[in-house]
Amino acid sequence: MSTRAQKWLVSGPPLVYLLVFFAIPTLIMLLASFQYPGEYGGLAPLFGTGDPDELSGLTFESYQRFFGDAIYLGLFFKSFLYATATTLFCLLLAYPLALLITRSPKKYRDLLVLLVILPFWSNFLIRIYAWMIILGPQSLFAKGFNGFVGLFGIGPLPLLFSPIAVLIGLVYVHLPFMVLPLYANLEKHDPALLDAAQDLGASSWRRFWRITFPLSLPGVYAGSALVFIPALGIFAIPDILGGTDGILVGNLIKQQFLDSRDWPFGSVLSMILTLLAILFVGLAAWFARRK
Amino acid sequence: MKRKPWLLWTAGSLVYLFLYLPLVIVVVYSFNDSRLNAEWVGFTLKWYDVLFHDEQMLSAAWNSLVIGLMASVVSTVLGTMAGYAMYRYDLKLLPVLVLTPIAIPEILLGVSLLIFFVMLNISLGMLSIVLAHIAFCVGFVAIVVRSRLSGMDESLVEAARDLGATQWVAFRRVTLPLIMPGIIAGALMAFTLSIDDFVITFFTAGVDSTTLPLQIYSMIKIAVTPEVNAISTLLMLLTLVLIVVATRLAPGVFRGE
Repeated sequence: MSTRAQKWLVSGPPLVYLLVFFAIPTLIMLLASFQYPGEYGGLAPLFGTGDPDELSGLTFESYQRFFGDAIYLGLFFKSFLYATATTLFCLLLAYPLALLITRSPKKYRDLLVLLVILPFWSNFLIRIYAWMIILGPQSLFAKGFNGFVGLFGIGPLPLLFSPIAVLIGLVYVHLPFMVLPLYANLEKHDPALLDAAQDLGASSWRRFWRITFPLSLPGVYAGSALVFIPALGIFAIPDILGGTDGILVGNLIKQQFLDSRDWPFGSVLSMILTLLAILFVGLAAWFARRK
Repeated sequence: MKRKPWLLWTAGSLVYLFLYLPLVIVVVYSFNDSRLNAEWVGFTLKWYDVLFHDEQMLSAAWNSLVIGLMASVVSTVLGTMAGYAMYRYDLKLLPVLVLTPIAIPEILLGVSLLIFFVMLNISLGMLSIVLAHIAFCVGFVAIVVRSRLSGMDESLVEAARDLGATQWVAFRRVTLPLIMPGIIAGALMAFTLSIDDFVITFFTAGVDSTTLPLQIYSMIKIAVTPEVNAISTLLMLLTLVLIVVATRLAPGVFRGE
């Protein structure tokens, strides 16, 4: 058998599967974003029956609707802000953890990494649900928090169904995505560099900012992309932990497909989200390569 | 380097606490003899009893199991092929198709498959969920298998070929046994991903194909009872076992290495 035939035999089946169940659906969604909404939801036919009352063919209507109303761009901006805040908080929490693992004795490192991975692989909904319990009005935490702010004459503040709850959920769910690339990077640093800096009299703070942090930037970029992009399209967290006004782009997409059933508009939102995701993957890759 | 990084230890331990406290709370409340997730009243197993008599929950668990098994078997075969092809040949399109479904927000795969299935008149149900799960599991298996292959000593295959083994025999007798732990770990990973998936299932499920995450979701949205704590605890236990086994087989598998 020739190498060429072998190559196709091995790569063919997964290639065909992903073309059919990933690439083609994405292209269909692109097409759907230019179609008219169907009378009873879904899509209007691409080729009409000639009935003048029937909508068919292609249109820019949904794109015009998107760019014509500041609400939608505003919602993307809001999602962008939430995703950015999530990335920053994840970085803030992940850094000490990744450093701690790196500086632990070698025999414990795998276990410590496993401890970061375990919650990440437990069910996504359960992890969000856990915060419903913690932030719920009857919880010890909420009572303690409101007792505390009550001392200053504030509150009681509802913790659950608030932007804070959404942000906590986002950070909690995405944290491991930041820890792992950071650790993978930090682990490779040469400890001799820090020793040399110490011998030359650099304080530990200075050693961190002048050596460890700059060297870890590729890990920071990789982790940020892994947190930022999924966070941008999330819908379950605002849906469960957020209030009625707490919706993000993901929720609007879900509404278009399942509630109001305006598929062309939902497709427009999805296509713009796809473009943003690709843009940010590209940016992260570019930053990481530029050093 | 002998330093006393107490600041680092404190901060790191607090982050571990942040990661685990919520999960511990769910487990603890699953044994609490109260309808409310508030005060500790006393130890009980009654929520597990409720769980095992909940017809809807049991049928959801069965659906999840069937979907998980089918999706993981197919995606393990396809993912192994993809991982091997990506390791062996210089391919352009395949790596993009394998990795993009993992990199983009999940909701995008969910809604595009929803349009696709409806357009093709494939009714939404167990089949559409399995097809959707395979689409995102293939990539994870492929990554694990490829990383296992990169760690393999290529000279073993060459030695087998020098001794007269055909390419197929060399693959069957040398490469495959060597990467088998990676393949099994990838399969466990795919099964875990499928069992736990909520977002993509949410868009591709039909009326009679409720899975465990969908059932949990509707309970959370409508009325939270401690039964959710019980099913969550059991699911976490299952995931824990799967991951520990997979990590034993292929260290680093769940780290995306």
